[in-house]
Amino acid sequence: MNEATIQVQKLTKRFGDFTAVNNISFEVSTGEVFGFLGANGAGKTTAIRMLCGLSKPTSGWGRVAGFDITREPEMIKKNIGYMSQKFSLYDDLKVWENIRLFAGIYGVPHHTIATKTDEMLQRLGFASEKNSLVKSLPMGWKQKLAFSVAIFHKPKIVFLDEPTGGVDPLTRRQFWELIYEAATQGITVFVTTHYMDEAEYCNRVSIMVDGRIDAIGTPKQLKQQFESESIDEVFRKLARRATRKEV
Amino acid sequence: MEYKQLVAFIKKEFRHILRDPRTMLILLGMPIIQIILFGFAISNDVKNTSIAVLDPGQSVTAQRIIKRLDASEYFNVTYILSHPKEMTPLFQEGKIQMALLFNDRFDDRLFHTGDASIQLLTDASDPNQASMVAKYATTIIASCQQELVKELRIPMQIIPEIHMLYNPTMKSAYNFVPGVMGMILILICAMMTSIAIVREKEMGTMEVLLSSPLKPSYVIFSKVIPYFALSVFNLVTILLLSIFALEVPVSGSLFWLTMLSLLFIGVALSLGILISTLVRTQVAAILISGMVLMIPVMLLSGMIFPIENMPLILQYLSNIVPAKWYIRAVKLFMIQGASAKYAIKEFAVLSVMLVVLIFISLKKFKDRL
Repeated sequence: MNEATIQVQKLTKRFGDFTAVNNISFEVSTGEVFGFLGANGAGKTTAIRMLCGLSKPTSGWGRVAGFDITREPEMIKKNIGYMSQKFSLYDDLKVWENIRLFAGIYGVPHHTIATKTDEMLQRLGFASEKNSLVKSLPMGWKQKLAFSVAIFHKPKIVFLDEPTGGVDPLTRRQFWELIYEAATQGITVFVTTHYMDEAEYCNRVSIMVDGRIDAIGTPKQLKQQFESESIDEVFRKLARRATRKEV
Repeated sequence: MEYKQLVAFIKKEFRHILRDPRTMLILLGMPIIQIILFGFAISNDVKNTSIAVLDPGQSVTAQRIIKRLDASEYFNVTYILSHPKEMTPLFQEGKIQMALLFNDRFDDRLFHTGDASIQLLTDASDPNQASMVAKYATTIIASCQQELVKELRIPMQIIPEIHMLYNPTMKSAYNFVPGVMGMILILICAMMTSIAIVREKEMGTMEVLLSSPLKPSYVIFSKVIPYFALSVFNLVTILLLSIFALEVPVSGSLFWLTMLSLLFIGVALSLGILISTLVRTQVAAILISGMVLMIPVMLLSGMIFPIENMPLILQYLSNIVPAKWYIRAVKLFMIQGASAKYAIKEFAVLSVMLVVLIFISLKKFKDRL
């Protein structure tokens, strides 16, 4: 694998007495599809927020896309894409208006936006929907479009926070094809998911329990290590250790 | 590049508003409808107003005035009283709207001392109606007086003493124009701005915006711009309507009225931002702006109830309602025609409020996000 694009050392975030993220360390290489697993309340979202420069760590250190997460959050923001579980673009804006908006926010050169938009819609097979309001699109299309918008500015890393929530299995497969496509273009994909079958598609996964990373490796390594048939089984074995309640 | 970001984002905000024509129609139409409703529903017909008269002396001039009033299309003399006491039940049952009380030596005084007074008592529980009725009556009395002076060639003066019953402070008939201005601006700036910001939080798009290179202050700024534009548009409609349709003149300085309104819009917008930092859902934003802003604006700003008549504690409380200061200064400019120096206090209070609110909401905004 290539050099590390995400490096995290002993990263910790406390809210008062509560330690949401407890001393985690890991690395993610350029072009890798990295699965970031954990039950609800295990601290995934807090960890992602720190990596995206949205929240400052209590202690520890991290670099994302070559920039320090504490001191250079603005630089990080320019070099990442982000798609959250709830986000499926602005419903009351047209497809091209959404693309235009985010391209503008990320500073994609003005003269290239129009051609890149057409190219992208062509590739997705959405060319005829360019002028449709996003609210009229089916859920799966919205997700695919949201992902394409998140990587429109060619970020070094894209963070996907449960991107396939509420989507049928067929669309999820198609969505993962888009993820692989992005990875082959050299975009590092950092993805959290609930679906353990999806975890099998990742190059490497980590599993968080109660704010710690209790396991990290390729799906194959983890299955061997925990003597399990599937990542799902590994996950359940680890999740039993959890003392925290789900939130 | 930052400028282009901002433009892209402001465009988006305008699109959100334009894509929702129903809301926009309400926002633009509401001030027009309110002004017209308030203006014309209250404008009364003075025709055939029932009046009672008390003329114990039965003097010639008094009888002449009574006949003139009765003959006019505006008044019907329906009761002849023999004692002032009889008047009260008639007022209370709504049988008369005005009573004329003559002195028993009305002619004597008029011809010997040169002046005599008539008491005009009106039912001012409806202040607009009362002032109209009194105005019409005084006009008729004045024309009678002129005729007498011409005929008799002696200087004399009939002085109508107007008493407003039941509502002695006699709130200005044009009270509602400043009130509507205060209310609309609070509604649009504070409520709509807070909803627009909270909507992004609720949808989850705020996370995406914050993880983008867009500065948080830009997000807020872009939200504020369209509502600022809407408010200015509404301000212009309200002023045009009141000047041309209701004939409420701006007798003071239009420049200072505009400055004042811009200041108030600033206060309302920062209130909206503050609310948006305190709540997480659109419903909560609506409730807070409704309960915490609209009701005090209507009840404590002096728009409906005169502040002077309130219990002391409410009078103190009304001081923290920005609309109170705004409405007071608008009245100064529009109706009393005062110059800017009389509104220094109002300007100062609103400016302090603006600074404090911006400070608090910026601090809150940073803490929360």
